[in-house]
Order: sequence, then structure tokens, then C-alpha cells
Amino acid sequence: MAEYDIPGDLRYTLEDEWVRVEGERVTIGVTDYAQQQLGDIVFVELPAVGSPVERGEPFGVIESVKAVSDLYAPVSGEVVEVNADLADHPEHVNGDCYTDGWMIAIAMSDPGEVEGLLDAARYRKHVEERGQE
Amino acid sequence: MSGLRRTPLHALHRQLGARLVPFAGFEMPVQYSSILEEHAAVRRAAGLFDVSHMGQIRLSGPGAVASGEWLLSCPVGSLSPGRVRYGLLCNESGGVVDDVTVYRLAEDALFLCVNASNVEKDYRWIVRHAARETRVEDRSARSGLLALQGPASAEVLAQVSALPPPDMKRFRFVEGDVAGAPALVSRTGYTGSDGFEIYLEAERLEAVFAALLEAGRPLGLLPCGLGARDTLRLEAALPLYGHELDDTTSPLEAGLARFVKLPPGGFLGADAIAGRRVERALAGFVLDERGVARAGYAIRHAGRDVGSVTSGAPSPTLGKSIGLGYVPPALAVPGTRIEIAIRDRAAAASVVATPFVKS
Repeated sequence: MAEYDIPGDLRYTLEDEWVRVEGERVTIGVTDYAQQQLGDIVFVELPAVGSPVERGEPFGVIESVKAVSDLYAPVSGEVVEVNADLADHPEHVNGDCYTDGWMIAIAMSDPGEVEGLLDAARYRKHVEERGQE
Repeated sequence: MSGLRRTPLHALHRQLGARLVPFAGFEMPVQYSSILEEHAAVRRAAGLFDVSHMGQIRLSGPGAVASGEWLLSCPVGSLSPGRVRYGLLCNESGGVVDDVTVYRLAEDALFLCVNASNVEKDYRWIVRHAARETRVEDRSARSGLLALQGPASAEVLAQVSALPPPDMKRFRFVEGDVAGAPALVSRTGYTGSDGFEIYLEAERLEAVFAALLEAGRPLGLLPCGLGARDTLRLEAALPLYGHELDDTTSPLEAGLARFVKLPPGGFLGADAIAGRRVERALAGFVLDERGVARAGYAIRHAGRDVGSVTSGAPSPTLGKSIGLGYVPPALAVPGTRIEIAIRDRAAAASVVATPFVKS
């Protein structure tokens, strides 16, 4: 049975992204469950700083050896920072998905959207419901 | 995963932490630890694969060799007992029913190792077109197959067996015991590295897999899944049925002319193959930009679509993305600049000679 790290101080989406909320700015990445499911990450395609993102819409792409998956914006707003290191080191998503593997930071246009995100307990339940390999 | 068949190693795969996925009707390990690590283990040391989903069809009797000669694109009559060849089963239109390896067991017996997804189709095809006095048996359910691949394979095998003989060449096979179980061992594989394929009775599979794993671990052997098998075979530019080959593809388009015997007319589908104009050719390419070219993506040249990718993956050995795809023959020339349509961008790529990785 796989073990998944789900930090208590973050918020989550049903699409397996984590969200660190700091006032009206959020930092996002993919969860430990997501990176374990995907396997070796070989490419991450992220938007440029200044790009608008809309909640629930794809903002980028993550590719493992076997598959390509969309990344969905957990909140709406504007991209204010991008983790440029992932271009050369996509493996950071596997190694440290909650730290070095962060993807983008967004200045939220509607901070109320944070209320729609899952807390760690709800997200853990979501992971468990999908069964474990 | 209901409705899926399991190999005799299913419980062991789970115990080893494999991620299991549906493949050709079987629940198979796609990876144990990491596709990249497993790939590297095969190139540097050794990897052990359960490929028991592969099918085995045995032809025996006085007509067996004539049947093989008629059904297969490669010479069978001249194949001595103890030798293996790669060949194609072709249909009347010159398409590929399956790509197989054929083993000459005896004067009057052969067996074909066939793709899991094609076992039933191949069996029906062979029964329908076999010469008289040929007994055709689908032995897939009774036997298992392990692939021990990588430069340390011979050393690993020697820990648990008197095999291989020191002078054993590629595409030869011998029968003997492996970890106490009767086995047929061929120096063949689907990775582009040296290695062996070990055919065993289904009930002996688990003990032999465990013994090879234990003997091989200190030498750097890892259990490997289908994910690494795919990246390894792609680096070696070995075709995968359903991707590079199908019932409509000519072996000549697929670059497999050296496995098609001459003169034409000597086997089922030969006339059609010789009569068809080759309008496309399989080309290997390296992506010159970041990204991964996946099967189905369009290949573009001079602003227009000229073909599509049949297989693509990051090459762990080269550190770049590689792929295979069909293009007009004039473009299938090393050095040709093409583009791969990856989502909304056209990524620059170059046609290169294959295999991508030589070993």
C-alpha cells in the first residue's frame, strides 16, 4: 500500500493540485499522490508570468514518461511567478512536490474562491476513495 | 480490474510494489520503482521482466516447416534446430498480421512467440493457412516467459543455472534447467541490450523469477515493467505491433525488408508486398526542443502535414525525446528537418538513423 504525504497546512483540488494560500496570493503544485501516480516527470509546460488563468481551466501540462496530463487552475487570477527551474529539473516534482516542485504563483482575482478548495482531511478522503494500487 | 487476465506472477508483482495496468487483456506491471531507473538498470546492468502475456504457438508434424515457410516472411526451412529468427506473418494484401520470433525446435517442430494482443488472431490465421500434416497448438496459457535483459544478464543467469554456454550467440537457444526448473533459454530480447528470454512452465515461473531477482540484485538487477520495456525497445527502434505495424502496413514501409525473404512469391503475402508501391516509410526522429512527441501527433514538413508519430517517448539514455513515424520516403532521410505538432506548437525535430541507441 502506497503512503501519501498530504500536508495539513495546504488546500487541495479534486484534480490533485495543492494550494498554499498567502493572503491574496496562492502558490500551486501537484500533490504527492499525483506525482506517484504519474511516475517520472520529464516535462512541465507552464504559462508565462502575466498570463490570466481561470478556475477549473487548464493552465499547463505535465508529462511523465508514459502520459501527458493537463494542469488545472484551482483559482482565477494572474500568474505572478513561475518556477523556471522545472524546465531543467522536472524531476523536482517527483522529489519535492510541495517545495522545489512548486509550479506557479497566482494573484487571485476573487480570493473567495479559496473557500471552494478542499482541506487536507477532505483531500485524503478523496485519495482513499479512488482506491490504492 | 475485473475481466483482466493475470500472469502467474501477479501476487509477486504486488508484493514488489508494482503499479499494475491493463495491457492486451492482462493486468501487467508498468513499473515497480521508476521507469527511468528500470531503464537505466537494463542499459547498465540487468532487468527482469515478466512477459508471460506473450503468446506461444507451436507447429509440429511433417508439415510444420512447410507451414512456417509459407506463413512467415523469414526463411524457416534453412533455420537449424537451436536457432531463432524474427519474421512477419503477412496477409494477402501484404499487411502484417503479427511480428513474431520463430524457434526451430526440431526437424519437424517450430514455435512462434507472438504478441499478446494477437494470440487468437494469429492462431486462427495459422490454422487456416497451415500446410497439411501440421499440428497447431496455442500453448500460451501453459507457459510463462521471463526476459532477463542487460549486459549483466549472462552473469546473473550463470548464478542460478549451468546456462548459458560460454559461446552462446545471439538468436540461438538451448534447453536446460534454470533455478531447478526446465526451461528454454534464447539469447534474444526486445530492449536492444544483450539478454535472454526464458520460457518456463507456468507453475515454475514464480520460483525462477524470485531466484533470478535474488541472484541479480547484488549485480544491479531490478524488476522492470512494461514502461521501461517500451522506452528500451524504442531506443533500439524495434517496432511495436499496433503502433508501427498493423494489418495494413507493408513490412517494406516499416523498414523490415531484411526480414522478408527473396525472391518474392515464397510466402503468403509476398506477391502483394512486392506489388505495392511504397508510399511511406518509417522514420526515426529526435526532438530538438523540450517536450515529448506522443503517438498520434502530426508530423509536419514545409508547412503541411506529412505523416504522424507512431511511438514517442523521452529517451533516458540520450536525454532527449525520440520517436518513430511514417512520412513520405523522400523525407525519411537522416538530416531532414521536420516538425512535430505538440498541442498548439510545432516542435522542431530531425530525422536520424536508427537505432537511436546502439549497444
